[in-house]
Amino acid sequence: MDLAKSTFWGFKRENGRVGVRNHVIILPVDDLSNAAAQAVANNIEGTIAIPHPYGRLQFGADLDLHFRTLIGTGCNPNVAAVVVICIEDGWAKKVADGIKATGKPVAYFGIEQHGDHDTIMRASKAAKEYVQWASELRREERPLKDLWVSTKCGESDTTSGCGANPTVGNAFDKLYPHKVTLAFGETTELTGGEHLVAARCRTDDVRKKFQFMFDRYQAIIDKHKTSDLSDSQPTKGNIAGGLTTIEEKALGNIQKIGRKCLIDGVLDKHEEPTGPGLWFIDSSSAAAEMVTLCAAAGYTVHFFPTGQGNVIGNPILPVIKLCANPRTVRTMSEHVDVDVSGLLRKEMNPDQAGDALLECMFRTANGRLTAAEALGHREFVLTRLYESA
Amino acid sequence: MIHFVVHEEGDGVGVVVVEGVKAGQDLVGWIMEDDKEVKVTAKSDIPIGHKIALKDYKPGDTVIKYGVDIGKIVAPIARGEHTHVQNLKTKRW
Repeated sequence: MDLAKSTFWGFKRENGRVGVRNHVIILPVDDLSNAAAQAVANNIEGTIAIPHPYGRLQFGADLDLHFRTLIGTGCNPNVAAVVVICIEDGWAKKVADGIKATGKPVAYFGIEQHGDHDTIMRASKAAKEYVQWASELRREERPLKDLWVSTKCGESDTTSGCGANPTVGNAFDKLYPHKVTLAFGETTELTGGEHLVAARCRTDDVRKKFQFMFDRYQAIIDKHKTSDLSDSQPTKGNIAGGLTTIEEKALGNIQKIGRKCLIDGVLDKHEEPTGPGLWFIDSSSAAAEMVTLCAAAGYTVHFFPTGQGNVIGNPILPVIKLCANPRTVRTMSEHVDVDVSGLLRKEMNPDQAGDALLECMFRTANGRLTAAEALGHREFVLTRLYESA
Repeated sequence: MIHFVVHEEGDGVGVVVVEGVKAGQDLVGWIMEDDKEVKVTAKSDIPIGHKIALKDYKPGDTVIKYGVDIGKIVAPIARGEHTHVQNLKTKRW
């Protein structure tokens, strides 16, 4: 596939970033505001509420991560406009101000002194204006470099490491020279292959930062583990699929970053990339947590290889699923966007598989709904660092 | 027909990529990196996605896959047997 002149059709936002979706989201800052947010989304066609269970009595770095993830979600260029709802005005304004920095339309509402009914009415009026405004925005042709592509695998099995993950790697190797902004993460799922990732870091500084993030996460595992992480890392699904040890899982996981591209930078959980290239995002390896962080970091398309059949989606980030396990492709076909099982029958080579994924990427970027979008998968999971106060 | 794949020459295990492999079945493997074939007779029933030993192992041995250490053997395995949590464990955590 010749990517040199490849383009896609996206929505150019006020800050210059380009989205591939045009969502108007109703964003609760805390658990208490979920009901109002969902009521607004029920009232106004074409809006999406993003409920979640957190936002009260968090503090310090954990609270900062909460705010940054919500603000990042609102800032994502797949989002046209945002209605923020919070139990009180102060934090609603804080989140709205963070999003407003992009220049996109944002309104915020606090529930206290108004109640749900009045809040829902006022927020619905704003949402109606936004959704009508957004419906007139048009896609324009944009260069490939305007696309930000993240990856994370889930419910992996051994076919992930020899089929679906190397397919992502092939696609990443092809996108990298064209200045696409790429990301991977899953810190603990590099265990056993961390030396291979370290060797791929572009500079010693990047390598040092990666090693710091890796060691920091290992310390959390060591602090809380019992005898081992049996049935959790690898998961029961991984083990059912034939993966035996974390090292084996990690080596399969690392196939996603291809063979040529170098790691240009390392991001903490609430940071955005500052340029093109491949970025490592320190993250949980739980699918929805990682994909939520990718969306909050500004990524607009996601590659999700699976072996046993993870069904995840995200409210604002299109999640493209690819699979090389012929049994999963047969039994869970409605979840699979790109079937690369031919790789394991020698009917397809890695180059052809990578091209098939890139073709699906362009179609998705141009507006085709992914399987997860069509099936209504909108998993949104905030990462917590520690207990609430 | 390919029954299992091996990442690279020197790996001690292959991955079964077809359903219904039975003990006694003659299997053809594809070494992906080197595009070579290898033949093994299965000594266990092995589900799709699970590993087959390409050599004999004794406890304490290291298993290599992708050319890298993926853990230690905790129970003896003969070439052609199912290699999984019952005989292979992590060296980490």
